[in-house]
Amino acid sequence: MARARPIPGVDAPAATDLPVLKPVRFDPPGDAAGLSFSRFVAGLPWWSLPALMAAIVLWPVAAHAQSVYTMGDATAALLRWMPYLLTDGFLFNILISVFTMLAGTAAGALLGLMQVSPASMIRKPAWLVTQALRNSPWLVLLFIVMLAFPFEISIGSLTIPVPDWMKAVFGLSMPIAGNISEVVRGAIQSVPSGQWEASESLAFTRRQTMWRIILPQCFRRMIPPWMNWYAILTMATPLVSILGVEEIVTLSRQAMAAENSRPELLVPFYGFCLIVFFIYCYPIARWTMALERRMAVKL
Amino acid sequence: MAQQWTPDQPIVSIKDVHKAFGDLEVLKGVSFDVMKGEVICIIGPSGSGKSTLIRCINALNDIQSGSITVEGQEVHVPDLDKLALRKKVGMVFQQYNLFPHKTALQNVMMAPLVVLKQPKDEVEARARALLKKVRLEGKEDSYPGELSGGQQQRVAIARSLAMNPDVMLFDEVTAALDPETVKEVLVTIKELAAEGMTCILVTHEMGFAREVADHVYFTDRGVIVEHGPPSSFFTEATDPRTREFLSQIL
Repeated sequence: MARARPIPGVDAPAATDLPVLKPVRFDPPGDAAGLSFSRFVAGLPWWSLPALMAAIVLWPVAAHAQSVYTMGDATAALLRWMPYLLTDGFLFNILISVFTMLAGTAAGALLGLMQVSPASMIRKPAWLVTQALRNSPWLVLLFIVMLAFPFEISIGSLTIPVPDWMKAVFGLSMPIAGNISEVVRGAIQSVPSGQWEASESLAFTRRQTMWRIILPQCFRRMIPPWMNWYAILTMATPLVSILGVEEIVTLSRQAMAAENSRPELLVPFYGFCLIVFFIYCYPIARWTMALERRMAVKL
Repeated sequence: MAQQWTPDQPIVSIKDVHKAFGDLEVLKGVSFDVMKGEVICIIGPSGSGKSTLIRCINALNDIQSGSITVEGQEVHVPDLDKLALRKKVGMVFQQYNLFPHKTALQNVMMAPLVVLKQPKDEVEARARALLKKVRLEGKEDSYPGELSGGQQQRVAIARSLAMNPDVMLFDEVTAALDPETVKEVLVTIKELAAEGMTCILVTHEMGFAREVADHVYFTDRGVIVEHGPPSSFFTEATDPRTREFLSQIL
């Protein structure tokens, strides 16, 4: 039986002329860049690693069961190349990621601080640069740096060669700088305005407030998103193989070519790359999420 | 050049102050004087401009017109010496605003160390004495997060006192506290007043205002509606708005 008068919110759309507080999704402070990557990696089940290994081992069997090239041959080839891929290849990926993170963090911290400057002459250009860097395709930035930069720098009679990997570090550090800039800005702006007012009323200058009061408080909040970006960056380092820098993917391709480019090798070799990256990034992702949880409780 | 201030002149003098946030006029011509050692309470309904008014005294807010002087020095001038002003005027906030990454002792020591560059031993001795004075002996090494609201507010008072101010501003300092802890903060302020500190309070604690204040101002919609010593203010208020406010709150 239909009601004589519908009840708003029950059998009729809710309506009121009073102000309504709508539910909001609260993004935790300092999470300007989001932790979706670390959240995904940290959420992978434990068996994803053995599953990946099984795929590598079983692929040659499944794909070319009739072929004379056996699973054993493919695995033997991989084992032969493995030390070389790790020491000459992956170590280089880590090296590139570490240098890139250092350079990107330094530049990003500077940009982030400029973004909260009270002077619009500083703030606006910093905002523009930040947005340009974080919204450009990484590969395009890499190409620009690789092609626009000289392969050697001459100062008088002194000629300093600029190796490819150094240019790669510079190219990759640009998007990192843009994203770290946003992390820094977000963390600074998440500190309650009362901290600024209290410092101001105690005669602190803006600079003293920033270094003594605000930054020490947001440093902790910046760590999880910073680590998240480090993991993303590490995953992105094979990009530089396109530009000929010798890292794990470049060396894998060369190794497969040396093994007569048999198609059975594709999954074992690239699968091995995936496993190596996973083993390196998974603990970082877990650690990031653990830190994030601990700080969420603390705040 | 401003003439030399002497203690027989008002320590804080507010003349025809107008302040607007955009189109919203918050203060519409407020004037009053505060003599050294006086305790002033400003009361009034929410949104009447009380907090804005005392935030103007130490230049946390700017004003559109009028004049505010502290010890004869005009506050709202472009070349204001903010350091000199804020050394003279201490402020305590409703939300305490302690530095959460520093212990109680470090909170108190910070401004003298960083701003005044005073020697550490001296500052620490004074900070310990101040914490003792606000009855927080033994809480020196606690972080703000480990203290109750009333304790945090007393650390905030000690932190302001560490700069040796001549005037203290209290902006609804008990409004965020539960009734039991309100008292411990009010006792601290009362002791300060008894020592001769000039205090300007925005408060809803009528009992406290009646007991401690030398002068009570009632503001509504950006103007001072009525004022007087508490003895007459609370019993002989004439303006209907004051009477209505008092009847609701007392």
